[in-house]
Amino acid sequence: MTRTDYRRTFPILTTKVNGEPLIYLDNAATTQKPQAVIEAISHYYAYDNANVHRGVYTLAARATNQYEAVRDQVAAFIQAPRRDTVFFTRSTTESLNWVAQTYGEQTIQAGDEIVVTALEHHSNLVPWQQLALRKRAQLKVIQLRPNGELDLAAAAEQITAKTKIVAVAQTSNVLGVTTPIRELAQLAHQRGAVIVVDGAQTVAHQPVNVQELDVDFYAFSGHKLYGPTGVGVLYGKLALLQQLTPVQFGGEMISNVTFERTEFAPIPQRFEAGTPDISGVIGLGAALKTIQQLGWPAIQRQENQLTAQLLNGLLNLPGVTVYGPESVAKHGPVVAFNVNGVHPHDIATGLDLAGIEVRAGHHCAQPLMQTLGVAATVRASVAFYNTTAEIDRFLVVLREVKEFFQQ
Amino acid sequence: MSLLNLNDLYKTVILEHAQAPHHYGLQPDLPATTLNNPTCGDVLTVQLVVTANQITTLQFSSTGCTISQASASVMTDVLLGKSVSEAQALIAAFSKLVMGTPIAKHDRDQLGDAAVLGSVAQFPTRIRCATLAWHAAAQALTEVTTDDQ
Ligand SMILES: Cc1ncc(COP(=O)(O)O)c(C=O)c1O
Repeated sequence: MTRTDYRRTFPILTTKVNGEPLIYLDNAATTQKPQAVIEAISHYYAYDNANVHRGVYTLAARATNQYEAVRDQVAAFIQAPRRDTVFFTRSTTESLNWVAQTYGEQTIQAGDEIVVTALEHHSNLVPWQQLALRKRAQLKVIQLRPNGELDLAAAAEQITAKTKIVAVAQTSNVLGVTTPIRELAQLAHQRGAVIVVDGAQTVAHQPVNVQELDVDFYAFSGHKLYGPTGVGVLYGKLALLQQLTPVQFGGEMISNVTFERTEFAPIPQRFEAGTPDISGVIGLGAALKTIQQLGWPAIQRQENQLTAQLLNGLLNLPGVTVYGPESVAKHGPVVAFNVNGVHPHDIATGLDLAGIEVRAGHHCAQPLMQTLGVAATVRASVAFYNTTAEIDRFLVVLREVKEFFQQ
Repeated sequence: MSLLNLNDLYKTVILEHAQAPHHYGLQPDLPATTLNNPTCGDVLTVQLVVTANQITTLQFSSTGCTISQASASVMTDVLLGKSVSEAQALIAAFSKLVMGTPIAKHDRDQLGDAAVLGSVAQFPTRIRCATLAWHAAAQALTEVTTDDQ
């Protein structure tokens, strides 16, 4: 199947919005779902539904096998060394909060430093800020270069012998820049800190190898990866996971319970208390299979072409300010911009009336908005299923909307 | 062409108010009420003075979209000079109007230019933009009236 054939398997992409064919350019918020994912979920409920890790009967084994097979897929997808170093959560947000509430809670002491960057999404900022407040630790921020790139020299200054945790997004959900994770991991490790990586905006767009990056924790969400909402992943290095005490207790995560005490199950079950989102995990498995079948070269070729077209189109429009690097080579498939004198909401409504869905607002990155000196921006973000014709249309309509408001 | 639909929401009156908002700007010596729209980060501040049960000063400043700016501007026109209870009734009527609930002809007449914003009801994601200033005024009213006692 070609890329175009895969596009056809996304039912929503054949629908209309406000009487116009849908052009979906908010892929950084969530991606659309292919038929394979929708069917995997409904097939599970129609034919395989049973609780996992509990029953001795055939159906329970079938559900458990399917669920656990996705763990293998996820481990392979991010090149984790072992299947038991990945476990399922609800989302990136839950994964990051989990690290803050376990590793962070058990490690950070008064006077320690936690280092983040100026481009973090609230979900990789607020958990650390709150941890720092609770522990009387210091939250430090690595600032960006004027073009939005992370400054390694600034990072080397901020990460010190007092630093215990470095938390950083691999790809910005606003500026589209990618941060040098391997170098940051090296810096962190030299100073005795761990690095926690928010991969929410990365995993759908480039292969990730957590061992090569040498990261200690890596978090992402299934729903930004063509999978369903409600499923996230956390990878952690084996030695770290083994030393952590769970924060949620209940079924599934135990190996022996008496009224007096409990022996916890080995990892990863130890961290998956209660009935998980089984259908969601199975849906994620179908999404990973779609990505694997289509292949990174096809995905990246298309996304790079669309990003170039989008970025250059916006840079060439007079009266438009683009945030982040102007070079396509440094750009992930996310472009934030403003039309001078027109509020992002008004632009987004104008585009929406033409069936074009983009995001307007602060993108859950208010401190970054302050750094950029704006209250909000428009953001267009592409996925492999978008087409050059869609980007052309976006640029034409944007010009019309701009003229409407500037008339 | 679908872009013509932009005129359904952005009527000329609304564009004019947004471009040259009435009663825009704050005075440093007056108490202020600030509200924000957490979904977009927009911030709006109103200053409202009640003298002898009548709104004698009402002004605002904001960073916001066309709808929120225009709505704040028309609101100052509508509420200035009204009594506290009249203003409260008009704020309630405006809320209903933008939610798509029919309102009495008398209220619609009193709302003047603000009645044009009734078209926001067809754009559910923008209702909060239209109501932000009115919520701020309602809050300012409770603040000044409780201060008096
Ligand atoms: C960079 C980044 N981090 C974290 C998140 C949070 O993801 P979720 O809402 O799925 O937990 C997002 C998406 O909103 C994101 O873009």
